[in-house]
Amino acid sequence: MEVNELQKIGVFVCWCGSNIAGTVDVAKVAETLKNEPGVVFSTDYQYMCSEAGQLIIKNAIKDNGLTGIVVCSCSPRMHEATFRKTAEAAGLNPYMVEIANVREQCSWIHKDMEEGTEKAIILGRSAVAKLNLNTPLIAGENPVTKRALVIGGGIAGIQTALDIADAGFEVDIVEKKQTIGGKMAQLDKTFPTLDCAACILTPKMVDASANDKITLYTYSEVDNVSGFVGNFTVDIRKKARYINTDVCTGCGACTEKCPSRKTPNEFNMGLDTRSAIFIPFAQAIPNIPSIDKNACLHFKTGKCGICQKTCGVNAIDFEQEDEIVTREYGAIVAATGFNPIKVDKFDEFQYSQSPDVVTSLELERIMNAAGPTKGKLVRPSDHKHPTDMVFIQCVGSRGESCREKGYCSKICCMYTAKHAMLIRDKYPDVNVHVFYIDVRTPGKNFDEFYRRAVEEYGVDYIKGMVGKVSTRSNGRLLVQGSDLLANEQLLLETDMVVLATAIEPDESVKDLATMLTASIDTNNFLTEAHAKLRPVESPTAGVFLSGVCQGPKDIPETVAQAGAAASKVIGLLCKDKLIANPCVAKSEELLCSGCSVCANVCPYGAITYEEKEVNDHGVRETRRLAQVNSAVCQGCGACTVACPSGAMDLQGFSTRQIMAEVDAICK
Amino acid sequence: MQINENGEFRPTIVAFCCNWCSYAGADLAGSSRASYPADVKIIRVPCSCRVNPMFILRAFERGADGVILCGCHPGDCHYSTGNYYARRRMTMLFGMLDYLGIEKERTRVEWVSAAEGAKFSATMNEFVSAVKELGPNRKLRDLRCKN
Amino acid sequence: MQKLRDEIVAKCKALLEDGTVDRVIGWEKGLFDYDCSPATFTKENIDELVYNEYCGSNLSKYLVKESKAEGNVAVLLKPCDTYSLNELLLEHRVKKEKIFVLGIPCGGMKDEKGELLMKCNTCKGNEHKIADEVMDSDLTVPEARDRFELVEKLDGMTPEERFAFWQGELSKCIRCNACRNVCPACTCLKCVFDNHASGIDSKANADSFEEKMFHIIRAFHVAGRCTDCGECSRVCPQGIPLHLFNRKYIKEINELYGEYQAGETEDSRPPLANFTKEDAEPSVIYEKGRD
Repeated sequence: MEVNELQKIGVFVCWCGSNIAGTVDVAKVAETLKNEPGVVFSTDYQYMCSEAGQLIIKNAIKDNGLTGIVVCSCSPRMHEATFRKTAEAAGLNPYMVEIANVREQCSWIHKDMEEGTEKAIILGRSAVAKLNLNTPLIAGENPVTKRALVIGGGIAGIQTALDIADAGFEVDIVEKKQTIGGKMAQLDKTFPTLDCAACILTPKMVDASANDKITLYTYSEVDNVSGFVGNFTVDIRKKARYINTDVCTGCGACTEKCPSRKTPNEFNMGLDTRSAIFIPFAQAIPNIPSIDKNACLHFKTGKCGICQKTCGVNAIDFEQEDEIVTREYGAIVAATGFNPIKVDKFDEFQYSQSPDVVTSLELERIMNAAGPTKGKLVRPSDHKHPTDMVFIQCVGSRGESCREKGYCSKICCMYTAKHAMLIRDKYPDVNVHVFYIDVRTPGKNFDEFYRRAVEEYGVDYIKGMVGKVSTRSNGRLLVQGSDLLANEQLLLETDMVVLATAIEPDESVKDLATMLTASIDTNNFLTEAHAKLRPVESPTAGVFLSGVCQGPKDIPETVAQAGAAASKVIGLLCKDKLIANPCVAKSEELLCSGCSVCANVCPYGAITYEEKEVNDHGVRETRRLAQVNSAVCQGCGACTVACPSGAMDLQGFSTRQIMAEVDAICK
Repeated sequence: MQINENGEFRPTIVAFCCNWCSYAGADLAGSSRASYPADVKIIRVPCSCRVNPMFILRAFERGADGVILCGCHPGDCHYSTGNYYARRRMTMLFGMLDYLGIEKERTRVEWVSAAEGAKFSATMNEFVSAVKELGPNRKLRDLRCKN
Repeated sequence: MQKLRDEIVAKCKALLEDGTVDRVIGWEKGLFDYDCSPATFTKENIDELVYNEYCGSNLSKYLVKESKAEGNVAVLLKPCDTYSLNELLLEHRVKKEKIFVLGIPCGGMKDEKGELLMKCNTCKGNEHKIADEVMDSDLTVPEARDRFELVEKLDGMTPEERFAFWQGELSKCIRCNACRNVCPACTCLKCVFDNHASGIDSKANADSFEEKMFHIIRAFHVAGRCTDCGECSRVCPQGIPLHLFNRKYIKEINELYGEYQAGETEDSRPPLANFTKEDAEPSVIYEKGRD
């Protein structure tokens, strides 16, 4: 066994009343361990964790000049922190403490005194062997940049930013669209209260833009993220709007005069068209137009320029280019949201063939007073008033085929009930049928809401799926489905079919996850650090999750999660310095061959490579060497085993320490 | 390895347990008094991916009769991916030991969560009796380390 | 072969003359005809370069040292040798900008008895996976046999038979480190077995276990990185079939994690530094052989 001759070890065997002493001869353990290499002091006491017990330890450290202590007691998960503090109070480095778990892993499971004592001695010996090789470790400190970045400007991002700003911290929102607001801005009414989405969202959008702690980067994307918790550096690409935003007043004259008016209007889900220079919607923030280069006649032909002539403040700038802004942040919140899936693979529902088959989000726009039909419910094909409507639930959700998602999109049951109720309320002459697999309404006032749709508004819920939608010669649609409760096939003639489309994380999340070294699951939702206990943190320190990017959820849940993410960010930004865990990987430079395998297995991106000059026993040369960022490393040790040369080691759990434990146990 | 006065073979078993799941599972086995043989000695590691094949070989060399590695269930790793690496590494190592004609039953990987105290205890009971059945490890020992 | 050798020398001369490279790594003739050894040539002695059917050694590993030295270096690589170079490039062990790879054709190499080398029996084909220039030739590569034949035979034995086989083979090991020194995947600046801090350092096998430990660990360290170049077995003075360790891992990796040929490309991810969530459990090993 390797012995550090400078080590003076004290052993403290706890009785834990009779918990340990009942099955372990504590005096014998203390006596036997006295003979272990490096041990200069050994004793036992009833309750080591008590104040009197800790005093025994402190005095022994001072009186005997101990360099490290082994406490044979309960699990380190219980009192390791206690005894580290005790040691520190007596002037020892807190990492010169090892615990031999002789309660949970010995006395509590063994009944025979002799067996228990023998095992306790071996566990104590193993702890002594490890401690002989311990070195004092000093936790590093890193300053915290007191500014947060929120990626995504939907309701999740806005709420997170508002809450962070409210606590007095600077926060930037990066939104890839021309305006903040996200999906909620496109909604008409919200369940289960039926208040109008714009009425509750737009004031929050205004608050965000008016808040002097919040900076909005709209029509911008995150290009690059480097650094680590407390110290991220982010490149933000401000895409060219071809508008000088400093002078533009948002009067909208240019958008009126623009002759290119045939581009599908994204905000209205392509149900109408917009001009090439456009403001997405009336309450957009910022209320500034941008030019769609692909539609603009000036960019296509080099002519036109009517907007430039129209603009009274000379804000049109065709020469504008993307701009990269580099900023530093202490924390990053991903709030990248979702999109409905594309339904063109669901041919049986005729979505691509018939304009009267729409998705739920399209219906939201049709029902919205600011939408393409000014809120009047009409058949898109001929703008006639419908008399029958069929809703199909779970389109693309809860499926097993490759075109479907395996998960429940969670919000569809409620918004379909909402649509059905609103239609029956406004147009009692319209018959509404809903095909469903299950109706899922677990939420405050949700089931009551659904029952109102059925009982008060007479919505016809049919348990079963739709097999086919076809167009009849009279222009109406024929829905073939099954009613599982009545056990019969149904044929319904209808004017419109609404598909409750599954939702999926926004495409951008994949690149973002790579940049943030955050992980995504098989459905591309960002993974939380712990599914139950750390639901708004990503596994990467300093990166937090808000909204649907983490999993399907409705508006109240999103807002709640946004607040939770904000509180985590605030908790981080409040600190002036972050104390790092010193039990992290460390590379021995003279052993490193620079092969990169350690960086390959690091889940945190904590390892980088540097060309560095070394002096290897007189040989001076420049080598490619692994560098561990101790603020990012979490100390898992994956790199230490990947490294063939043994250059990478883990402080506090070093190869030699673990081998010493193995040797002590197998002796 | 040890032979007690009754001539009974008492194996030496080394159990590497990850700090976050399995070590906590072992603690839970203790607090629920779910007993298993004292032959099992646990070494705490931060993650199953910290366990180097060298540690396992070393244990056998020094006289262990069985080595078991316990970690978080795949997908539940505290460090998100550690046990996935451990799984490949150990599969490779065990395959090699088997190839060398060394009883594969002497090595094992089990995923034990912090809630699975009963599973921890059952696993250890079962592993110890399997190793007992095999008898003392003779193929991998360093013969200098005789008791 | 002589014509090819002359063309190679002419090409090397041209590279040396026009300053593309300062040195060439090739083979020189030894005491006997079959005794061709790796050597570095300059303008002065390039005429001494030989290329014949005894040039089995893989020169890629020499680039680790040579590409660090002053000036540029050309290397003669047979098709199978290029796999090793790709692996070295992947691991940043060779500076690509300092080397010129002259791909040379191969018709199978022989040992001192005039028999085809073990690695040539399982030839990887005539394609150079990386080369700045490939020499033309009408040489055809030998037909490849199943390289896992012996591994499967061992797998089919009882554990006792396998133990006896390996005990017999490995007890011959004299720890001369020839396998380690020649292996293009063993390029650590300092091997764990030479490093006291690793806790497993040893210079000689003190017992029947240590000889196994050395080879198990060595095979584990090169698992997923070994291109199956067979140099370890070729150089072993004791004739231990060391490549059977590597092939066991290759076979296991192929079966469990999908076909993988180390060195196939310059930017692959080694299987042991990779995973899928659906990977087999280690218990797959126990289940084997029970059916």
